[in-house]
Amino acid sequence: MSEERGRRGKALGTDPGPGPAPESAPAPREPDGTITRRGALKVIAAGAALGATVPGCSPGESGGGAAGADAAHTELSGFNPLPPSNPLAAGTPTDPDMLAPIVPWEMVLTDEEMHYVAALADVIIPADDRSPAASAVGVPDYVNEFVSAPAHTEQLTQLRGGLAWLNRTARDRFGAADFPALTTAQQHEICDEIRFEPDAADHLKPQARFFDAFRDMCSTGFWTTEEGMRDLGYMGNVPLPSFDGPPPEVLEQLGLAGEDLV
Amino acid sequence: MRQSPEYDAIVVGSGAGGGIAAFILATSGLRVLLLEAGRHYDPLRETPMFQLPKDAPLRGAGGSDKPFGFYDATVDGGWQVPGEPYSVADGSEFMWWRSRMLGGRTNHWGRISLRMGEYDFKPRSRDGLGFDWPMSYDDLAPYYDKTELLIGVYGSNEGLENTPNSSPGVLQPPPKPRGYELLTRKACRRMGIPVIPAHLAIMTQTQDPERLPGDLFPDNELARRVTADSMRGRAACYWATPCGRGCSIRANFQSTTVLLPPALATGNLDIRTDAMVREVTVDAQGRATGVHYIDRTTLLDEFAGARVVVLAASACESARILLNSTSGLFPDGLANSSGLVGRYLMDTVGAGVYSHIPALQALPPHNEDGSSAMHMYMPWWLYGEQLAGRLDFPRGYHIEFGGGRRMPGFGAFGGLEPLTGGTYGQQFKDDCRRYYGSFLFFDGRGEMIPNEDCYCEIDPDKVDRYGIPVLKFHWKWADHELNQALHMQRTFAEIVDEMGGQLLSTVASSGADAISKGGQIIHEVGGAMMGDNPRTSVLNQYCQSWDVPNLFVTDGAPFVSNADKNPTLSIMAIAWRASDYIVEQLGQRSIG
Repeated sequence: MSEERGRRGKALGTDPGPGPAPESAPAPREPDGTITRRGALKVIAAGAALGATVPGCSPGESGGGAAGADAAHTELSGFNPLPPSNPLAAGTPTDPDMLAPIVPWEMVLTDEEMHYVAALADVIIPADDRSPAASAVGVPDYVNEFVSAPAHTEQLTQLRGGLAWLNRTARDRFGAADFPALTTAQQHEICDEIRFEPDAADHLKPQARFFDAFRDMCSTGFWTTEEGMRDLGYMGNVPLPSFDGPPPEVLEQLGLAGEDLV
Repeated sequence: MRQSPEYDAIVVGSGAGGGIAAFILATSGLRVLLLEAGRHYDPLRETPMFQLPKDAPLRGAGGSDKPFGFYDATVDGGWQVPGEPYSVADGSEFMWWRSRMLGGRTNHWGRISLRMGEYDFKPRSRDGLGFDWPMSYDDLAPYYDKTELLIGVYGSNEGLENTPNSSPGVLQPPPKPRGYELLTRKACRRMGIPVIPAHLAIMTQTQDPERLPGDLFPDNELARRVTADSMRGRAACYWATPCGRGCSIRANFQSTTVLLPPALATGNLDIRTDAMVREVTVDAQGRATGVHYIDRTTLLDEFAGARVVVLAASACESARILLNSTSGLFPDGLANSSGLVGRYLMDTVGAGVYSHIPALQALPPHNEDGSSAMHMYMPWWLYGEQLAGRLDFPRGYHIEFGGGRRMPGFGAFGGLEPLTGGTYGQQFKDDCRRYYGSFLFFDGRGEMIPNEDCYCEIDPDKVDRYGIPVLKFHWKWADHELNQALHMQRTFAEIVDEMGGQLLSTVASSGADAISKGGQIIHEVGGAMMGDNPRTSVLNQYCQSWDVPNLFVTDGAPFVSNADKNPTLSIMAIAWRASDYIVEQLGQRSIG
């Protein structure tokens, strides 16, 4: 990895690669270019409100902030050398406070839309014996954060179009009020039609692309949480006295037992 | 009689080349002013060590404001900098990276530290293309040793062709390989491709403050003292949190953690940040007298004078300053009697693939963070084939690869559909668990040969927010590079196949589709090439202007070739050699 990791294609299960990343959103700014603190505070308040209205959402998830970072850090590594914030940072999009991050744009999804988002997110990532469901770890808030970014207007439209189609299909086919009101089996019947674009009927290709994009959002939102990382068995981000290479059981499984580690 | 200036030397730019110059000049007892266009930056207080993607906007995703992600140690930088535009000629593609911060791009760089080899200094003599350097590997080897000793580089001596060994005791021990690195090595051995420990400017052990400063500076007590103190303050890597964020324990190399603190400790260095240099001034005899800069906090033009001016603003920025330094004596820009300032710009050739390796699926959980960078890499291995004319490109590339069980970030498990057929629900969760750690990328980093079509010049129609005329870039890859990029992707496909894996990205059908854009790899060098003839070069081998003897350029601009060895280590070694020369010349009062 050089400083110039400009590679193509999506990042799969890795740290955010550089490469073609989504254009990050310009934040609300004062005339002099600094982020409006007022706008940032609104975002945090909006996140907390949404958390309170969506079952299972942890409040304030989208606000992030130093407390969250510190808590997560302490939990993972057991010690905390960080100051709470960085007074040298200008607080602009190109010089944000990396020690106390904020999301500098406002959340745009309505309570109803968040309700639909949570339902679909849990269809894609349900709870099981290893980790909770997507909505229990703030994935709907992340989806909101993503589609609310000023540069993501197309993704917002795609999301709204997809949710509308899910609700319409739920009503037309099952007479239900909306998609969340369906049984799991009914939800799966609908999702199976759009789960994979190459298999989708021609008139459902746009919905399949929506489903694909939504699954990607859920995946990022879920696996980046402490619960998600623990589920995967990610054991890093902790200081070690030495790096000893792969343990014997890993070498064994790779067919590398006895391999020279020098 | 001329008034004695306040400083012996002004250094413009605080990254690799400027950091070394400031460090060597200040520890040699000279009064030095370091000017940095960006803001003050302190890795000890600012580095987001251990911060989670979850707590960053969009889970830390990269975007135009922060191209390498939210936590990347780049402040006010990227391929676009607000208020600092540049132009690209019709039909050209070029991306110009800037990092407007103390330490420049050494804060976030990849830390890959490969020496140029003996072939790399005399490429024209070897294959008739490009230019030879006015120095040989043997001239620079002592400075490679010193630079590696000072900054701390892990790696090994393998004795491979054109892949130089360091002197005994210089390198730090490389980290143990990760599982995927061993698996890749096994496959590559069958293919005859060497996979050896990478060389990275990351310390796997602390430096010996009693021995190393004496080895580095046997005749300089001040340099020994500040270097020993600096080394005592650096910790070894604790195998966590990505180097690209910077390092608050000073385990890897950043100018801001390794060069500037000891330079400041001499008491001989002043640093002025937010100082955007626009012009080098000259007197009636054509000697440099100092620089004009814009104070970014007041937007006022300021002047600083010195006996010697050292430009290390980055290859293109230094060329820009020279071209903007016009006067009656130098109507075409300073140090430009050859007409070669801005010419023969180079970047590194990049092409890559992304792959899925089933053998890496569902491994027992274990910590693969390591140094966060490569523990192993593949140096160029087909010198013989090339010499025999069996390849359709003349110069080599090395392979960088990685992946494995990294901390999930933005994009985690995106795009799995080709593997899963679009699963969701419990099956999707199980798929992610199984596939975690089984994705590898392979990136080629190859030599570009300088050509007439790649250069920068002043765009007469545009200025930046400081009123400084901007650069216009011209770029065209030659078949040498296009064919090489294709060879990279095809070779990586063979490696993936040998590992029983499958590609998740396509192998391009043409070099133009495979290759990176100019500037995308952020290895731009050239633009003020050194040589042994004032008519065909801008600088001599000590980075000294032929035209203006008290003017030096110590960043990537003096490069006359761009071997497949990432340039930062060579920039520092060359800057060190030039700085020793400056000290010697000032002592003899032959300049300034």
